[in-house]
Amino acid sequence: MILAIIFFPLIASIITGLCNKILSIKIASIICTTSVVISALISAFVFYRVGICGEVIHIKIIEWLNVGGIHADFAMYIDQLTSIMLITVTFISSAVHIYSVGYMCDDENVPRFMSFLSLFTTFMLLLVTSDNFLQLFFGWEGVGLCSYLLIGFWYKKDSANFASIKAFVVNRVGDLAFIVGIIFIYSYFGSLEFAYIFGKVPALAEQKTQVFGHNFYVIEIICFLLFIGCMGKSAQIGLHVWLPDAMEGPTPVSALIHAATMVTAGIFLLARCSYLFEYAASILGFIIIIGSITCLFSAVIAITQNDIKRIIAYSTCSQLGYMFLACGLSTYEAGIFHLYTHAYFKAALFLAAGSVIHATHEQDITKIGGLRKFMPITYVLFWIGSLAIMGIFPFSGYFSKDLILSSAYLSGTFAGDFAYKCGIMAAFCTAIYSVKIIVKVFHGKQSEKIHHIPKESPIIMNVPLIFLAAGSIFAGLIGKNILDITTPITGFFKASVFTKEFKLGSHTPFSVEIMPTIVAITGMLIGYIAFSTNISSTISKLFRPLYKLITNKFYFDEIYNYIFIKQNDQLSQKMNFIDNKVIDFCGPVIVTIISYNSAKKISSIHNGLINFYAFTIAIGTVASLSILVYKYVL
Amino acid sequence: MESIISNVTLEHYVILSCCLFSIGMCGLLLNKGNVINILMSIELMLLAANINFVAFSSYYNELTGQIASIIILAIAAAEAAIGLAIIVNFYRACGTISIEKINKLKG
Repeated sequence: MILAIIFFPLIASIITGLCNKILSIKIASIICTTSVVISALISAFVFYRVGICGEVIHIKIIEWLNVGGIHADFAMYIDQLTSIMLITVTFISSAVHIYSVGYMCDDENVPRFMSFLSLFTTFMLLLVTSDNFLQLFFGWEGVGLCSYLLIGFWYKKDSANFASIKAFVVNRVGDLAFIVGIIFIYSYFGSLEFAYIFGKVPALAEQKTQVFGHNFYVIEIICFLLFIGCMGKSAQIGLHVWLPDAMEGPTPVSALIHAATMVTAGIFLLARCSYLFEYAASILGFIIIIGSITCLFSAVIAITQNDIKRIIAYSTCSQLGYMFLACGLSTYEAGIFHLYTHAYFKAALFLAAGSVIHATHEQDITKIGGLRKFMPITYVLFWIGSLAIMGIFPFSGYFSKDLILSSAYLSGTFAGDFAYKCGIMAAFCTAIYSVKIIVKVFHGKQSEKIHHIPKESPIIMNVPLIFLAAGSIFAGLIGKNILDITTPITGFFKASVFTKEFKLGSHTPFSVEIMPTIVAITGMLIGYIAFSTNISSTISKLFRPLYKLITNKFYFDEIYNYIFIKQNDQLSQKMNFIDNKVIDFCGPVIVTIISYNSAKKISSIHNGLINFYAFTIAIGTVASLSILVYKYVL
Repeated sequence: MESIISNVTLEHYVILSCCLFSIGMCGLLLNKGNVINILMSIELMLLAANINFVAFSSYYNELTGQIASIIILAIAAAEAAIGLAIIVNFYRACGTISIEKINKLKG
């Protein structure tokens, strides 16, 4: 029955995918949605067995590879870490499936869309349930593929095509590092199975190897490569450029990518490989730095953006930064906890934004306004999501963010201190941009540019939203008080994540504990004042160059364009010249000229005169007879 | 009379057939007129071959050669009939049977 968690969505996806021309929209939606909901119910049951009763389920489905010492199974390995991922993925995915039925009602290609959504879920489930690196990589790539398909779902739009290609290519950079890391692991550990590798890590902790003439610890190289992979998938600074562009896809896809299926894979990998990362102290420091920079940097960008989905996308980037820095601080439980709470409120925010877009057909928040009166339910839900992301008590974001920040404070290292400061500032920015959306979209005057009166979304879109909003309210409380996620080692995760140097909690001062809340409330007030009046535009005019730098996302795209794409273009133009003019000329062109000319000459023999043919035949016969006679008779 | 026939040896027959065959061949190759000439030349070549068959069969006292010659005659008749039929059809289609003009097979 546990296998059904993966196979239900997979089969539904195959059926709807293959028969997308035959099945009606209604049937396709029903097939996919039910299968994912069933899968969610089963994973709730599994969560009870694994998460609460503390079992570990390990099922080998089929032997996949057994070649030259590489052994990999398709397996389902469910420990506490996986079980919470299962819950998150399947529940968010179900909500998104149900929501899409309403959101995509005007689209003809719903069966295709549903099929991709289910496939996306399947791959993510394969990823989180794997017991070896190869299956994990398979899921990892599958998730990348599905994101490509879904971002480019409206393939008639050029921008969607570019965005999907960008997502795919940027992910490839990370994936390359990831697969090199896997190869390293195989060559040093001789196996790809987690259990075996993690058992062997302490023995290899001191081993060094030479890379480019320098000595490095093997574990650190491996962890570095794996982390680059995570950076690509989880959109950390440097490889984050694909995430905001991924907004070209339909909104439910964004919700799925951001909340459950795609970007969380990186965090999951870090937590899963905690047994490796714990032995690579310098890489952990690097993770903290990258995480904190991403966290602050994208929160700052989010303030200046005007596209509702783009703001939320940058906010995801920033929240992922929090998760990374939590993992870097060795508090994997805090990272995963934040992942789990973030999934609910981020999905809620995205789907609420989707409702706004559905009602107004407009994404630019400066052009929308005063929706509070027309869409009261969405308004309330948006507030819940926003309060959760800001980290206001008792919404779910409060517990996880607070845990991350206080562990950063307690770590006492330089990196930890840096992370704490970045985290606090990012929390401030988070409050500002969250309020910005609410003020611009729901408050203020109704814009004249929108002619029809926006309506509240249909019930099929609001039900999953309400479910997610409930998750945003209660997930943190449940996680902290019932599941006991926040306690390391003895808490929820048990042996599924590993912390080497466990600092017995010196108590966090009250001032530190209250700090995120204070900062968030201040941010909220400042944001409200700034965006409901003209102060924000005055400020932006005052700091023109800085504002420009931030609105243009620190020119990351332009720099990449200049460094990689332009050089690549020039190189490929040269190559194109060589290919077209040199290689083509020496090869095909000359051959065609020769054969054409010789064929022309030979064909002139074929002149159509019967006499000539007869003459040739006669001469030929005489000649061959003469040769025969000369050879055998004379 | 007797002496004349006995003076005609195998060589004479072979030379005769060679001459006939060469005449036929020349007619085939050098003729620029119409297709019927070709047909006639081919008949001539077949007859030359026939003479060879008959001559050798009487020289070796074997009847097989003469049987073959009769078969060749029959085939030649059939071939002539088919050839003429083709020519008639060709004339209907193209309005000419001149060899110079029949060059549709030109490459």
